[in-house]
Amino acid sequence: MKKELPDRFKSYKHVWVFIEYEHGHIHPVSLELLGEGRKLADKLQVELAGVLIGGDVDELGEAARACFEHGADLVYRVADPVLAHYRNEPYTKALTDLVNTYKPEIVLLGATTLGRDLAGSVATTLLTGLTADCTELAIDDERSLAATRPTFGGSLLCTIHTLNFRPQMATIRPRVMAMPPAVPGRSGRIVDHGLDMTELDIITKVLQFIPDRDTDKAQLAYADVVVAGGLGLKSAENFQLVKDLAGVLGADYGGSRPLVQKGWITADRQIGQTGKTIRPKLYIAAGISGAIQHRVGVEGADLIVAINTDPKAPIFDFAQIGIVANAVELLPALTAAFRQRLSVHRLAS
Amino acid sequence: MHTVVCIKQVPDSAQIRVHPVHNTIMRQGVPTIINPYDLFALEAALTLRDKLGGTVTVLCMGPPMAEDSLRKALTFGADRAVLLTDRYFAGSDTLATSFALSSAIAKIGETFGPVDIVFTGKQTIDGDTAQVGPGIAKRLDLNQLTYVSRIAGIDADTREITVERRAEGGVQVLKTVLPVLITMLEGTNEIRRGSLADALRAARAGVTTWNAADAGITELLKCGLRGSPTVVKKVFAPSARTEKAVLIETDGRNGAQMADALIAAILDRNPALDADLRRLSAGF
Ligand SMILES: Cc1cc2nc3c(=O)[nH]c(=O)nc-3n(C[C@H](O)[C@H](O)[C@H](O)COP(=O)(O)OP(=O)(O)OC[C@H]3O[C@@H](n4cnc5c(N)ncnc54)[C@H](O)[C@@H]3O)c2cc1C
Ligand SMILES: Cc1cc2nc3c(=O)[nH]c(=O)nc-3n(C[C@H](O)[C@H](O)[C@H](O)COP(=O)(O)OP(=O)(O)OC[C@H]3O[C@@H](n4cnc5c(N)ncnc54)[C@H](O)[C@@H]3O)c2cc1C
Repeated sequence: MKKELPDRFKSYKHVWVFIEYEHGHIHPVSLELLGEGRKLADKLQVELAGVLIGGDVDELGEAARACFEHGADLVYRVADPVLAHYRNEPYTKALTDLVNTYKPEIVLLGATTLGRDLAGSVATTLLTGLTADCTELAIDDERSLAATRPTFGGSLLCTIHTLNFRPQMATIRPRVMAMPPAVPGRSGRIVDHGLDMTELDIITKVLQFIPDRDTDKAQLAYADVVVAGGLGLKSAENFQLVKDLAGVLGADYGGSRPLVQKGWITADRQIGQTGKTIRPKLYIAAGISGAIQHRVGVEGADLIVAINTDPKAPIFDFAQIGIVANAVELLPALTAAFRQRLSVHRLAS
Repeated sequence: MHTVVCIKQVPDSAQIRVHPVHNTIMRQGVPTIINPYDLFALEAALTLRDKLGGTVTVLCMGPPMAEDSLRKALTFGADRAVLLTDRYFAGSDTLATSFALSSAIAKIGETFGPVDIVFTGKQTIDGDTAQVGPGIAKRLDLNQLTYVSRIAGIDADTREITVERRAEGGVQVLKTVLPVLITMLEGTNEIRRGSLADALRAARAGVTTWNAADAGITELLKCGLRGSPTVVKKVFAPSARTEKAVLIETDGRNGAQMADALIAAILDRNPALDADLRRLSAGF
């Protein structure tokens, strides 16, 4: 299968991360990818660059600082008023122009709605390969990116290469890679690049952006503690027990996919392969069997605690602590015990 | 209004099994379905047709048996079905798939009338990349509208279309001009049952079947394995974790005692959580 890399691609060097910058802040997935990109760049002995595209040159300059502190050696900056809000057309042009000018060997993007919208257009314009939703990245003996991703609903993994084209592109979901520690004061250089486009060239207009209300915004992916329920809870009313425990712990809550289908929880609270990937310090799963599609979304948790009536439930294969008990009875007791413990602490402090 | 809805036939993946020795996917005997995400796209197209008139063409690239999925789409009320099937398409990644599908859509436009909207689902349940929609848009130079939750309006005279799309942290309201490509978000509608007349029509109707040449595809190097920059090097099952959960003793304990034992085990395993929980429960 392997052919020699065509000559026109031999000059492609360095690892890039597209930095998702919107509404004044960087999406955490971009910083996570800088951490992962740093490892790849070190292995390849090349530089790590962040790509910042947006409307305001100074704001992007601020954002570039955060990129340097999280491992970037340099930042390519495209600042133009037409880039103030994300739109496919000008962003695709900005990123493809950069790639064609500076020729990176690897380009990583977050598998967010923005990242996926952009990555598909850019890869098609460049006629190169794009591997979706990777969970593991590595460099093989031939300097090629080995991108591993779950398929068939997580029951299998496959490793994909883009052998004869450059750049090698991949998207990675939020929270799959660990956030690298920031190194305050670490700096780098900024390379500015123009966008040869005006508002008149762009057909699509953003009429409005309606931010999600904080109350309905599930911050699951970034929550430190998550409590979740599954079909074992038996009814929508019993799901309240999960919310009660989450309330006392200051945690976020979610559930398995069938609960979304039954309408007990909203889709943005689904955890797993086709829902959110979470990486909390503590994950408590009540009445969840632990199907592979659920497992792949929670394996990054530091500590998984499972409550299930069936000692043979697969969740006990990957939880660290388990209890064979009726969740409908245990959850209220657990909520009460935590409430007492935490309020005692609060009085003491 | 002429819309083309791309539908993929997929294995009902809940029933996919892996060969225990060879780690290969065993597709034999696995029932196939229309990719569930594509039904939201189909319903959105049918709703538009009800409102604005016109026709809905469904398009599927796949093996000859994918005709079943197209017939199913006809029973829901689609007007016309096109099956794109050729051994040259085998092994396509998303770049090669979007090439074949966009060529067929161009041919559909020439044959049955200009296409105003191409619909795809958000993603599939097997390949699951969400890359084919943007790929088609780029190749046909269509304005790209992904993750659309609502089509707010279409002005037939100015050909302007306004949609709401799910973005990070909110909803973007976008206005653009036809022709467009829309990837429809799940849960945004419910596929209709289809009338008896539709069922009868579907049973009688012919499915237009095109090979590469019929679809006007001459650049075979852009198709199938040869047209696919990505190469699947290996497929394997996730490794099992050897460590099993530590089980909390329950015998002879009431709920409160179990809860205390569980909390003790959690904090014993990860003492730093104590401070985290105190901070979080206080609302910080
Ligand atoms: C393509 C695809 C994608 C999918 N994506 C996801 C996904 O993203 N996320 C996801 O979660 N699932 C996903 N699924 C579904 C997944 O395969 C499982 O069906 C689902 O996770 C099971 O949900 P559950 O554990 O709540 O229910 P069940 O499997 O029915 O498990 C219920 C559990 O509760 C236990 N139980 C019963 N009574 C009690 C009680 N009183 N107290 C305590 N325990 C009790 C039972 O022993 C059992 O283990 C996907 C499936 C497919 C095919
Ligand atoms: C295990 C596995 C992993 C893969 N990983 C990758 C990868 O990382 N990168 C890559 O480039 N390819 C990958 N592929 C190949 C990819 O699945 C195929 O190219 C496939 O033909 C389309 O991609 P998809 O299923 O991801 O579709 P998606 O891009 O998720 O589909 C989006 C929409 O496009 C339409 N659509 C997709 N396929 C068809 C079709 N055949 N006919 C009609 N409409 C269609 C549907 O409306 C669908 O809802 C993988 C394949 C497998 C089996």
